[in-house]
Amino acid sequence: MRATGKLIKEFAGKPAYRPLKIVGASGQLGYGIPTPAFQRALEQGPDLIGCDMGSIDIGPYYLGSGQMATARQSTKRDLRKVILGARSLDIPLVIGSAGSAGAKPHLEQTIAIIREIAQEEHLTFTMAVIPGDIPKSIVKRSIAQNEIVGVDGMPPLTLEQLDLTTHLVGQMGMTEFQAALEMDIDILIAGRACDTAIFSALPVMLGFDQGLSIHMAKIIECASLCCTPGGRDSILATLDQDHFILESMAPQRKALPMSIAAHSLYEQNDPFLIIEPEGHVDLHHAKYEQITERSSKISGAKWIAAKKKTIKLEGSSRVGERAVLLCGAADPKFIANQKEILQEVEKIVEELVCEDTPMDYQIFPRVYGINGVTDLPANPTVPDEVFLMIECIAPTLDRASEVVRTMKQYLLHYGYPNRLSTGGNIAFPFTPPEISVGTAYQFNVYHIIDIHGDEAIFKPELIEIKTPSGT
Amino acid sequence: MKLMDIAKVIRSKNAGPRCTTLDIMFASIEDFDRVCASKNLNKKTIAQLYEVPEHEVKEIQYPISMAIKFSIPRKVTAGDPGDKDVYGAQQHARLFNIDIE
Repeated sequence: MRATGKLIKEFAGKPAYRPLKIVGASGQLGYGIPTPAFQRALEQGPDLIGCDMGSIDIGPYYLGSGQMATARQSTKRDLRKVILGARSLDIPLVIGSAGSAGAKPHLEQTIAIIREIAQEEHLTFTMAVIPGDIPKSIVKRSIAQNEIVGVDGMPPLTLEQLDLTTHLVGQMGMTEFQAALEMDIDILIAGRACDTAIFSALPVMLGFDQGLSIHMAKIIECASLCCTPGGRDSILATLDQDHFILESMAPQRKALPMSIAAHSLYEQNDPFLIIEPEGHVDLHHAKYEQITERSSKISGAKWIAAKKKTIKLEGSSRVGERAVLLCGAADPKFIANQKEILQEVEKIVEELVCEDTPMDYQIFPRVYGINGVTDLPANPTVPDEVFLMIECIAPTLDRASEVVRTMKQYLLHYGYPNRLSTGGNIAFPFTPPEISVGTAYQFNVYHIIDIHGDEAIFKPELIEIKTPSGT
Repeated sequence: MKLMDIAKVIRSKNAGPRCTTLDIMFASIEDFDRVCASKNLNKKTIAQLYEVPEHEVKEIQYPISMAIKFSIPRKVTAGDPGDKDVYGAQQHARLFNIDIE
């Protein structure tokens, strides 16, 4: 019997009969899991190890391109750590939003790394994999039936936009995780998923309260970020019938009521609400009590089931190819006139590069020191130095590169009114100062659909990992 | 007194790619109450500072963490061409100088 089977058997007929110890190993796998705290978590005899591996917060590039945001080597180091930890205790390991964005190529890269680790460590285990990809046909049906809604004012999704999407995923929830965990497995790797499902799916199967399980999950998916001081170290949750206890596995981090409650504010627009595909958790009556110097007891979350299940979709499409020019300036006359200078130089460049080719690119100048980060600086003054990053997005990389190279030369020598310096207007930190970045993507799908219990998506697949000298 | 002189935390971050959320936290319930009672930190101020319609600003007071949260729509979806702050983590500074009575 495999790791999940053992737990399901133990709790059969005895729902939530003993507390469950759950480790939140990492807020994002692939950026390093501090070993001392993770080791300490393993010494507590946990029942489940979970970690989140991705998010939409990292921007559209990774979903669009199929690339991972984390370096392969550090991803492999972290995966090795959690796999060896879970296998040494024979407990389930659950990982969500595999490979940063949770689409097919991300899942494939994650599985390839896991196979390598299994080979190197002589491991044998049963793994379930749940793809997070959504077939475009399902979304076409939703568009046709007018059953798709943009999130936070996202424009309506057109069939044309849908066709442009390079990868389309949906955030799977607890139900899909449970279907996989029921298959008697050791490791579960999910594509794009709600981060809560990683930690809440198994406890709810074992009879624990759904609201509490999800509230716990929402906190520990960020590891020790909820502590004072917050950090990346592993955290241990002990889930009981009517409360859960949190304790960071790093001795210097205290899980205190104030910072735990404050975690509900982080990257959320409503701290009293956790929305899931199957319903929502109401936190208006959540209670946070300190029980030791370093740990707190949390209770009071309430689960409210939705009338119908919905899925949040994420899709990304190619916009063009991106090249940038990097340079600085320290001339007060140039800095004071930068806006007009850039506009004039853009015009000159357009006349030159569009002499025999249609206007087919976009330019985004950002002047750091003036308006590179925000549209409205808090204190509009003229700084001593500015940094300019001039971005071009064009149909091809050659075209984008042509535009920024031309821009470089004409910006360098543009004779603006009252100029004193005729040697050159900008400073290059190195040459070439133009960089071809590659393909630019944008989120074109961020919508919610009613899936009508569609059975064709989020189907778990079993993979038996066997190595010759494995146990 | 400026908000930056009384708050313990003033931060911004995406809450999804279409929304920026602003958190202002305090070290004491007295400070929290004082700012809540002040006329100068409200949806209207936020709407003016961030140039968004007032009805699109969402405000939530969260006394358990002595925090006030405002959420506003992003003008550009995170990571779209022309975005300047993909994570939205540097949009908070203009809150610093709000006058608190």
